[in-house]
Amino acid sequence: MPWIRACEADDIDAEDVIRFDYNDHTYALYRSPDDQYFATDGLCTHENVHLCDGLVMDNIIECPKHNGRFDYTTGAARGAPACIALKTYNVKVEGNFVMIEID
Amino acid sequence: MTISDIQTRDYSLTGDNTRRAVETGLASAQWYHTDVPRKVMKELMQRRDGPAVRDTIIWLGLLAASGAGGAYFWGTWICVPFFFVYGVLYGSVCDSRWHECGHGTAFRTRWMNDVVYQLASFMVFRNPVSWRWSHARHHTDTVIVGRDPEIAFMRPPNLVEGLLHYVGLLDVMASFGAMVRNACGTLTSSEKSYIPESEWSKAITAARIHMAIYLAAAIASLLMWSILPMMLVGLPRFYGCWHMFMTGLLQHGGLAEDVVDHRLNSRTVYMNPISRWIYWNMNYHVEHHMFPMVPYHALPRLHALIKDDLPEPNPSIWHAYVEMVRVLLRQRSDPEYYLRRTLPETARPYREEFHVDDAVPAASSIA
Repeated sequence: MPWIRACEADDIDAEDVIRFDYNDHTYALYRSPDDQYFATDGLCTHENVHLCDGLVMDNIIECPKHNGRFDYTTGAARGAPACIALKTYNVKVEGNFVMIEID
Repeated sequence: MTISDIQTRDYSLTGDNTRRAVETGLASAQWYHTDVPRKVMKELMQRRDGPAVRDTIIWLGLLAASGAGGAYFWGTWICVPFFFVYGVLYGSVCDSRWHECGHGTAFRTRWMNDVVYQLASFMVFRNPVSWRWSHARHHTDTVIVGRDPEIAFMRPPNLVEGLLHYVGLLDVMASFGAMVRNACGTLTSSEKSYIPESEWSKAITAARIHMAIYLAAAIASLLMWSILPMMLVGLPRFYGCWHMFMTGLLQHGGLAEDVVDHRLNSRTVYMNPISRWIYWNMNYHVEHHMFPMVPYHALPRLHALIKDDLPEPNPSIWHAYVEMVRVLLRQRSDPEYYLRRTLPETARPYREEFHVDDAVPAASSIA
C-alpha cells in the first residue's frame, strides 16, 4: 500500500484538523495537542459532512453538523448521532512532510 | 377556492414528499454557509464550562426559590407570582437547555451536558433518545417537507393550533402519547425513520423512567389530595411554556420550505436580555443553523461577524410576530406563499439551485 505525501507538518495547527483529497476520496488529517498526527476518512459516518470543519478537543473530533463525536486516534464513535466508527489510516512524518498510507 | 378546499401538504416522514426530497437531492443536501475563516470559527466553537455553570446555578436556584415560595404560599393569591416565575423557569427554560445540551455545546465537560440534557428532557416532556435523533434530522433537513420532524407551522397553517401551543396542549398531548407508546415498547414508523435500530431500546427505557416519575407525582397528588405536587412537577409544562412557544414559533414560521439556505427558512430576532437568557440566545437562529457547533454564549459574536451576509434581523419579538402572522394569515388561502426577505447589498445571493418553487409569489420585507 502506497505512502502518499499529504501535507507539510506545519500545515496543521496543534489540536486541529485539515482536509486532504486524493483519488476521489476525502480524508481528515489531525494533529493532536502533543503533536502526533492521525488520519481518518474525511466524512462523518452519520451524514456526509466534512469533518475538517469540526472541532478537535484532545483526541476527539466533533462533526460540525450534528456534533457526533469520534476518537480520531482509533476511529471509535464516542457520541450520538455518530454510531459507526471512522476508518483510520496509518500516518508518519518524514522530514517535514506528513505521509498517509492509503489502501 | 375556499379555505376548506385547500389541501394540506403531506408532512409525514414516510410519504410522497419524503421520496421526492430524496430524489431531488433536497434530503441531506449541502447547505449554504457564510464564509468564516477557519481560525475564527475554531475560536468561536471553543467550549467553556463557565457560562453554562453560571446560568445553570442561577436557573436551579431560582427554580428552587420560586417553587418553595409557591408551595409556602399555596392556597393564597400570593403564590400566583411565584408559580408564574416557576412555570417559565420549568416549562420554558427547559427547552433551551434541552436544545443546547443536546447539541453538546453548553458545557465543555461532557457529563455536565448529559446531566442537564436528561433533566431538561424530563421537564420538557421529550424522550431524550428519540428527540436527540429528531433534532439531528431537523438540522440535516431544516424545513424540508417529508424529512423534517420539527416543522411547527404546516401549510396551510392552523392558527388555532398555533394559539393552543401557548398552553402546551397540543405538543404535550402528542408527547404524552408518544411517551406512553414508547413505554409500552412501541415506536412509530416515523420514529424508526430517524432513530437507528441500535437506539430503540434506549428510547423505550427512557420513556419508562419518565412515566414512572410522572406517575409518582400523580400518586403524591392523590395521597395529599392536593394538586400542589403536580404544580411543581408536570403541570408547569402547561402553564409555563408560553415563553418557549412565543420565541420558538418565530424560528421558521412563515418562511420558505424546501430550500438549502438557512437565510431563507430561519429567522434572527433581536430580543430583550431576559428572553435571551431564557432562550439561551437561540434568537440568533440563522446563525445557529448555519453553524450549530457554536455555543450559545458565542452566538452574539458570530452574529456580529456574519450579519452583513444575512437578512436584517427583526428588531423585536413584536415586529417578528407582525411579520409572521401576516404571512400565516395569507397562507391559509395561499399555501405556496412565504416571506422572502431582502438581503443587504453586502450579502452573497441566496442559494437557489434546489429551490423548486421559484415561480411562487413571495412577500417582500416588512418595513
